[in-house]
Amino acid sequence: MAHFDPNARPFSHKWLNERLAIDTLKRVLSTEYWIPKNINFLWAMGMVLAATFGMLLISGIFLLMYYVPTTKEAFDSVNYTIMSQVGYGWLWRHIHGVAASVVFLIIYIHMFTGIYYGSYKRGREMIWISGMLLFVTFSAEAFSGYMLPWGQMSYWAGMVITNLFSLGSLHLNGLVEWIRGDYVPGQAFLSRFFMLHVLLMPLIIIGLIVLHFGTLRIPHVNNKDGEEFDFEAEAEKWKAGHRKESKVIPFNPVFLSKDVFVLGIYFMFFFYLVFYHFEFAMDPVNFDPANGLKTPPHIYPEWYFLWSYEILRPFSKNVGLIWFGFAQVIFFLLPFLDRSPNVAPANRRGIFKIWFWLLLIDMVGLTIMGKLPPVDPWSKFGTVFAYTFIALWFALPFITKMEKPVGGK
Amino acid sequence: MKELKVLAVVVFFTLVTYWGVEPFAHSVMHKHVEGHNFAYSDINASNVKGDPAKGKAAISACTACHGIKSQGIKAPMDPVTAANTYGVNPPDLSNAGAIYDEKFLIAFMQDPAHAAIAKKMAMPPIMAGNAQGAADIAAYLKSIAPKELTPKEAFVTACGRCHANRYGKWTQIGDVPKTKGNIKTGNDVALEQFKINVAKYQDKLADYMGKLPPDLSIISRARSKEYLETFVENPQSHLKGTAMPRVGITKEGFEKVYAYLESTGDPSKPKREKTGPWVLGFFLIFTFLAYGWYKSQWKGLK
Repeated sequence: MAHFDPNARPFSHKWLNERLAIDTLKRVLSTEYWIPKNINFLWAMGMVLAATFGMLLISGIFLLMYYVPTTKEAFDSVNYTIMSQVGYGWLWRHIHGVAASVVFLIIYIHMFTGIYYGSYKRGREMIWISGMLLFVTFSAEAFSGYMLPWGQMSYWAGMVITNLFSLGSLHLNGLVEWIRGDYVPGQAFLSRFFMLHVLLMPLIIIGLIVLHFGTLRIPHVNNKDGEEFDFEAEAEKWKAGHRKESKVIPFNPVFLSKDVFVLGIYFMFFFYLVFYHFEFAMDPVNFDPANGLKTPPHIYPEWYFLWSYEILRPFSKNVGLIWFGFAQVIFFLLPFLDRSPNVAPANRRGIFKIWFWLLLIDMVGLTIMGKLPPVDPWSKFGTVFAYTFIALWFALPFITKMEKPVGGK
Repeated sequence: MKELKVLAVVVFFTLVTYWGVEPFAHSVMHKHVEGHNFAYSDINASNVKGDPAKGKAAISACTACHGIKSQGIKAPMDPVTAANTYGVNPPDLSNAGAIYDEKFLIAFMQDPAHAAIAKKMAMPPIMAGNAQGAADIAAYLKSIAPKELTPKEAFVTACGRCHANRYGKWTQIGDVPKTKGNIKTGNDVALEQFKINVAKYQDKLADYMGKLPPDLSIISRARSKEYLETFVENPQSHLKGTAMPRVGITKEGFEKVYAYLESTGDPSKPKREKTGPWVLGFFLIFTFLAYGWYKSQWKGLK
């Protein structure tokens, strides 16, 4: 039994400390949570993501108060009630729509930062894997949310994506109907995607964010040079007042001060989009109400799914599905496909440097081709990009196996 | 400085992706239709000069079907009966002279289907006699038209008998009336009756047009202004074979109609433009202060 001072004033510092160990919590989670000093603004993307998730959560709560999840009223509850009848409803909606798109931009920057600096390697595998789980759950969250305004693109994207679960020539139409709750997207479909979007997915995401933070604790955050050092010893230096010599800084307030500055710049960009350039996040096609009798001339996913969509398209049905599945899981395997022991930025890693930039350019190429109609020359380019994507991943174990050790660090 | 270079790389790839999936993709997906500024150059300008007085004398040829409210001439039928008879309600002509191109009106009165580039028109050709008669009536309509129409009047005159605008409370047979329900039962019989009339009208209209013309509440978000402008100028240029007639409005008429569509499609625009600078200003100050904090915390660390 712990000792409780009977004279401690309720809710005083001492009283709380005896019951909640607030001093220890503060030390462990913030003032003595050590971050390397050798970092740049890309290390703030985690905080930017957390803040964007916060914007999504808050704006989502406000939208939830007026959104009506029925096929008859969903469209007008969003486009009429929220946009014109509710005070600042338009602001919450635009914040939600823009944040849903921008969060993926930041996720991709965060991912490619990790790949560039080798932050998935040797001890940091779980950071990478939990991050990839977040990517997948954010994708499910984005897709389910896209169904809710019940416009033409909601309906037809819902139709196309759920059709994928028939798994080509396996013709699992029963599975597709089970997922939809109907033969075609309808009320049952909308209700369950509404549930997924506002309850189940956010719960899983919040759990995974906690896990993702947890995975950072033991291997610590990587730094610009992939340098490995003794965090305990460096922390002692800091605490002894050798702030210049120490290679670490405390999360609060030193690392946080830079994060908050980056957040300020980010929010200027974010709110510029919200007020002056929100159209990119709200496809015009989705401002036509859902109509099962009228297929839009072009059906395409939101921009952040286009690269994997383009890996599906160039091939025949079954082959396309296999490569599509490949694209969904292959990033999870990155820590194991990279066979080099080097933890270093890509520009010091020989062929891996070329691999990194090719992958980035290839995925931008896939993204652009994924939106264009599947006619020549675009589908030809798309095919080349898709094959390049696959080839890059097959080549990865070989080129990293041959990689020479990076000296010095 | 190194950080700015990193930022430049991030911005570069972001912009390339944005360019590819937005402006470039949309330019590939949507064919470009050249606008002609509502010149209707396929219609020859009539060289006869219309006389409003003669037009007024001949107007009974029109008022057999059309009302002219501003001149105290009522429509001979209510909208539902008219739709039962013609398929669509013939428009009231009070504002016609203010919104339609005069040359188009003259050609239309002589051969409606031809001028409207439509397969069929309930209005029979040569109602106005010859070119002189048509010019006289056009001159008369112009003489009685108000100088300035409100955006809603322009919409109602040009689009409102085929297209509803539920966010603007407009139906094809008129504004949704303000009715009072029965407080004991919650029933609103007058409103239900109005809805039945709208439904009856829409059924006839759908038969006449082939489908029910879409509600235009947020068409300004679903289509670009450029699309709407060239589509209204000549519907066939975008949708070959569409039943939508060329309505023959002037450039100014279109701008009025568009102003109405934008007011129902994007009603938050004025509030957005008012709030935006405040929010951005807040984050500018926020960033400035945060920079000071960052510099003070990192002083002497490197």
